[in-house]
Amino acid sequence: MKPRPATVRIAAGQGFWGDWLEAPYRQVTGGPVDYLMMDYLAEVTMSILQKQKSRDPSLGYAKDFIPQMERILPIVAERRIKITANAGGVNPRGCAQAVAETARRLGLGGKLRIGVVTGDDLLGRLDGLLARGHELRNLDTGRPLSDVRDRVVSANAYLGAWPVVEALRGGADIVVTGRVTDTGLTLAPLIHAFGWRPDAWDLLAAGTVAGHTIECGAQCSGGNCLADWEQIPDLANVGYPIVEAAPEGTFEITKHPGTGGRISVAGVTEQLVYEMGNPAEYITPDCIADFTTIRLQQTAKDRVQVSGVTGRPATDKLKVSIGYFYGFKAVGTLVYAWPDAYKKAQAADRILRQRLADLGLTFESLLTEFVGADATHGPLARASTPLDQLPEVQLRIGVRSPEKAAVERFTREIAPLILNGPPSVTGFAGGRPKPEEIVAYWPALLDKRTVEPCVEVVDV
Amino acid sequence: MNQRAGRRKKVPLVELAHARSGDKGDTANVGLIALKPEYYPILVKHVTAARVARHFKGMISGPVERYELPNLHALNFLLHGALDGGGTISLKTDAQGKVFSTALLRLEVEVAR
Repeated sequence: MKPRPATVRIAAGQGFWGDWLEAPYRQVTGGPVDYLMMDYLAEVTMSILQKQKSRDPSLGYAKDFIPQMERILPIVAERRIKITANAGGVNPRGCAQAVAETARRLGLGGKLRIGVVTGDDLLGRLDGLLARGHELRNLDTGRPLSDVRDRVVSANAYLGAWPVVEALRGGADIVVTGRVTDTGLTLAPLIHAFGWRPDAWDLLAAGTVAGHTIECGAQCSGGNCLADWEQIPDLANVGYPIVEAAPEGTFEITKHPGTGGRISVAGVTEQLVYEMGNPAEYITPDCIADFTTIRLQQTAKDRVQVSGVTGRPATDKLKVSIGYFYGFKAVGTLVYAWPDAYKKAQAADRILRQRLADLGLTFESLLTEFVGADATHGPLARASTPLDQLPEVQLRIGVRSPEKAAVERFTREIAPLILNGPPSVTGFAGGRPKPEEIVAYWPALLDKRTVEPCVEVVDV
Repeated sequence: MNQRAGRRKKVPLVELAHARSGDKGDTANVGLIALKPEYYPILVKHVTAARVARHFKGMISGPVERYELPNLHALNFLLHGALDGGGTISLKTDAQGKVFSTALLRLEVEVAR
């Protein structure tokens, strides 16, 4: 048996699909790392990928991942860095195949093994599950899935770290998954490297906190950080975070030397509370982590130690992320200039609303915001800011409806206001807004026993 | 009353705390973090769930929940019904509640001079 390492370094390379293309390369070349963790999936990403797959069965994964691999695979292979990525979306096998083809083209045939984790995709099993009494009730509204069954476009269970661990144990250098939790992609390498046991709840919770800390990439290393934001150095050259973990469940958050950004207690704390629910119960498929036990300490410049994390046994449920067709929406904007910018935008809004009413159009929602005045702080901003001298205001008006025709008609009512509404208006270069199909998110729970992850490891 | 008021002043939270927010469906969360550990008790005392619900009157349709993280000198607020349906449904600029945190920092609390 191989000796257990004293520390494991896991670098975050991607915090969402669309994150900085330079980050993975910088993470594998900027200093020593053992693993590269790449998180691609947000709540609604799976339904976007499912749509792509329905148009072309070879698609359905995060396409960006392939050129990323092309760029870093030679380095990764040489330095024996392993990769965990949920880039597989709704087609992990297709994604793995594309990675394998890329690797062979780079002359890496026979030098890499790819692990594929599937079994999260429940779309083809939904009717069977419903028939057997799994209601998949919406966690927010309590409604049973049968209410929208005919409109479901994707359904994926959140798998945890263990299938990824199995792939790593099988010798995989690159593990491509479907809907594995963001935190599982970091926890799995720690379980694998340190031999953590399935009931070592405090350790699993510590690894989960490590995963949560780096799952949004630079959002814990100086990006989007409010505390003392102007003093954060060199964000142009921001260093993405690295977890440096020890077998007993403590870890440090750091970044490569010579990079920008900042690793501080304030910045790490901001990331810890991001998307937080009940902090004592951060529920994952692997454990329940208690964020009220976390201890943070600045141990050196750009180095924060995380310790003290405790956890409890995992529940017997898995969260399921379901995407279903909801309706249509469109958003139109116009910009009004001083003098009276705000009053002109308000007048244009009144005129537009009257015209929509005169046309007999009704919407499930009709929302007006005045960007520059109240779009983000609403009445709080209107109460504290002098609005009569604003240099410009953007009128932003959106509609939502089950009927595409109503939304379509709305999109044709924006441009006319340029010539037949209030004066000093501009900013319509983008043309008429397009009605957009809404795929909404339906969170549910499912018995763990009903989901069987599948792990394959293949040679390139 | 006036004498007491003379020894106290109103301070917006932005001078005492920093914050970050995110979303879960139609719920926005705001993590409010004391800029110095000694400010944390002020946050616990003054920034109650009821006070935050009043602050956001007209901006959220559901209740406010508060959780304490003394270890991080932070409070976590869940603002239900804050995002016009949330996620892809929402028509708001801030559909994912990313800057709800900054709106909370406008709230004023009374502290000793």
